[in-house]
Amino acid sequence: MGAKKETTGGINRKGVAVSEYLLELKGVCKSFPGVKALDGVNLSLRPGSVHALMGENGAGKSTLMKCLFGIYKMDEGEIYLNGEKTIINNPDEAMAKGVAMVHQELQPVLPRSVAENMFLGRFPTKNFGPLKVIDHKTMNAETVRWLKEVGMDFDPKTPLANLSIGQMQTIEIAKAVSHEAKVIIFDEPTSSLSDKEVEVLFRIMNELRDKGVAMVYISHKMDEIKRIADDITIMRDGTYVGTWAAKDMTTEDIIAKMVGRELTNIYPARQNTPGEVVLECKNITSIHDHSFQDCSFTVRKGEIVGFGGLVGAQRTELMEAIFGMRNIKSGQIFIDGKEVKSGTPRRAMNAGMGLITEDRRGNGILGCLSIKDNVGVSIYNENLKTGIVLDHPTINQIVDDSIKKLSIKTPSMKEQIGNLSGGNQQKVIIARWLANNPEILFMDEPTRGIDVGAKHEIYEIMVDLAKQGKAIVMISSEMAELLGMSDRVYVMCNGHIRGEITDSEDMTQEKVMSYATMF
Amino acid sequence: MAKKFNLKDFFINYGVILVMVLLVIYTSIMSKNFLSVANLNNIMLNISARLVIALGIAGCVITAGCDLSAGRMIGLGGCIAGVLLQREDYASRFFQGGKPMNILLALIIVMVITACFGTVTGFFIAFLNVPPFISTLAMMEIVYGINLLFTNATPLGGYVSTYTELATKKILMIPQLVWISIIIAVISWFIFNMTRHGKYMYAIGANPQAAEVAGVPVKLTMVMIYAKAAAFYGLAGFMFGAKSGGASVNLGLGYEMEAIAACTIGGVSVTGGRGKVSSAVIGVCVFELLKAALQFLGVNANAQWIALGVIIYIAISLDIRKYVARK
Repeated sequence: MGAKKETTGGINRKGVAVSEYLLELKGVCKSFPGVKALDGVNLSLRPGSVHALMGENGAGKSTLMKCLFGIYKMDEGEIYLNGEKTIINNPDEAMAKGVAMVHQELQPVLPRSVAENMFLGRFPTKNFGPLKVIDHKTMNAETVRWLKEVGMDFDPKTPLANLSIGQMQTIEIAKAVSHEAKVIIFDEPTSSLSDKEVEVLFRIMNELRDKGVAMVYISHKMDEIKRIADDITIMRDGTYVGTWAAKDMTTEDIIAKMVGRELTNIYPARQNTPGEVVLECKNITSIHDHSFQDCSFTVRKGEIVGFGGLVGAQRTELMEAIFGMRNIKSGQIFIDGKEVKSGTPRRAMNAGMGLITEDRRGNGILGCLSIKDNVGVSIYNENLKTGIVLDHPTINQIVDDSIKKLSIKTPSMKEQIGNLSGGNQQKVIIARWLANNPEILFMDEPTRGIDVGAKHEIYEIMVDLAKQGKAIVMISSEMAELLGMSDRVYVMCNGHIRGEITDSEDMTQEKVMSYATMF
Repeated sequence: MAKKFNLKDFFINYGVILVMVLLVIYTSIMSKNFLSVANLNNIMLNISARLVIALGIAGCVITAGCDLSAGRMIGLGGCIAGVLLQREDYASRFFQGGKPMNILLALIIVMVITACFGTVTGFFIAFLNVPPFISTLAMMEIVYGINLLFTNATPLGGYVSTYTELATKKILMIPQLVWISIIIAVISWFIFNMTRHGKYMYAIGANPQAAEVAGVPVKLTMVMIYAKAAAFYGLAGFMFGAKSGGASVNLGLGYEMEAIAACTIGGVSVTGGRGKVSSAVIGVCVFELLKAALQFLGVNANAQWIALGVIIYIAISLDIRKYVARK
């Protein structure tokens, strides 16, 4: 496809001619151990414009912005500010050069006041005898001034915790503006905002545009892009696809360019023959309004069901709720036609479910314990000899068998799991659940952060399990994996199941992406 | 996998034990009486009750908690045992006109009462998410208050001879109290290694979220850990009473800190998930032998505290190194 670059001397939405780029990134490359995250990416920002940066999960959008902001050091590539080559080593330098960032995950100091958050790390001081003390009066006055600049009016002494997420975001923006930033990066700012708060954000962005500020706007929401963006740059798998004027692009065009990759088939061949329905979830709704709502789906025996969607679509939260780790307001779960009240993971486990979590380090591995303890923890109930004494020989046998079966690379079962590679750790967690032998296994991003060889082995295990008649629910943000492994796909967006793809003909990247962006 | 001998690793892993052995050898050369039967007997008695405390507290530390109420629970246990086991003809008897209780029955009552308090501590930690530091701090104050009200702060004495003989009568050259602590160590080893409860305890210590996902009954296990620990403190109080032939409300004051220190010196990691029964045994031995050695070497009694503090610093710094380096 012809990546046509928007030429200099374009025209912004107000019809005012603008010349030259305020900021240019050229040929940015960045590698992490094992992956090339960015490969020759370009980005050119015109003053007084909103530049949408788009791409799938893992396309490298945030990585690029972190390189610009000096959080990551780029391996190759150049930054030009006002046509002059510059180097940004850390966020402080970025701020000093007029580049500010409103992060996806806000990092506020909740119990402290609005003003203190605005001036964190650069408190205005005054002399108090020989001491330098914080000048609260100036700080509060300055805060009011900058808040007014973005059309806001809070008491600077209010603790930040009293504000909504949207209001906190406007404070972040006011902070960016107070740095006299010429370039502001918004990393998915609307993901947790209400409609009204989005309007406020857009009003502020429009005002900033009129003042000549260049903004990078990362979002997956197509309608927002159509409303606010002047230019669109699309990235895919860490590479630069192209830059276009927003008004020339339809939603379909954008999706096609985001996903347009060749799917190489590295997935094991299989003939899954789904049997009767084993799990049925009806109208599962979270106790939180912004989380999963009204989700219904079924899973059959011997079937691999994929859950697709963008990061933040609440897929993990839904599965954790079904597994009893989160509270639900309403909804029913049936296993083999019988209603199950999970409530705690232990009860879910006894009902025949298993969950391999997304955050392996956070709630998967027992880091300082041995492989044996990590596998055994799920089966101590069944392996008791006379009352309370553990049947160590049987447990050893089970652990030894799973090490062989899953070809876990380790000197012995006494090895600490923390010393293994990510792929082997994941296999140990899989072994934990295989030992427990659940009927339904939830696998949340089962191959995240795992090398290709181990990935393939995990796919083989999944196919094998399905062949044995187990039901597998897989969450995957990797499009190829989702389409390559699933017999059926549900796609979630914004807490709702937006679509189900049953026909293998229909299982296309475009289809998944269009459901995934149905906000 | 045969590991190569590495001098540096050897020092990091066994440095504390090495220092202890050297100190004992040095002290026994410098002071003839150090290895006398009487002194060894005394050291063993000191170790015995403190080992029981350490084994109780080890469970809390392995789950990345602590137990500040241990000292006051020991006081309560000692006082309850005291009032139950006073001689019938003792003039200032607490219960006027009663008979001394069966010694085993008295011990069971003591352990059940302290275990009840431990259950409450554990309930607040597990079900109401009160941090262990705070929950056990609150229980420390409550137990002390109850003990003051109960005994009216009068010291107890005049125990039946079968009770005090626990410290003096020997079986196979070893005092009965020491046998009690050996039995408790064996039971602890069994719980830690051979039961679900022990395995769950390590899992919670290693990663409570992951343990919950893996189906570990986290809350119940936590309550049991604190209840069991409290039962051990009651036993320790009972043992101190037998050893000194008396008890007062201030019995056990500060022993929880010594026990936590001993556990960590022996290798129970305060970050959770790591530690064995042998860690507690080694830690307590190092502590008590060090105290005795310093005394025999004529070190100023007040300066001994400084030495103990220094040992804690060195031991923990070495211990942390083991884990930090592996990351």
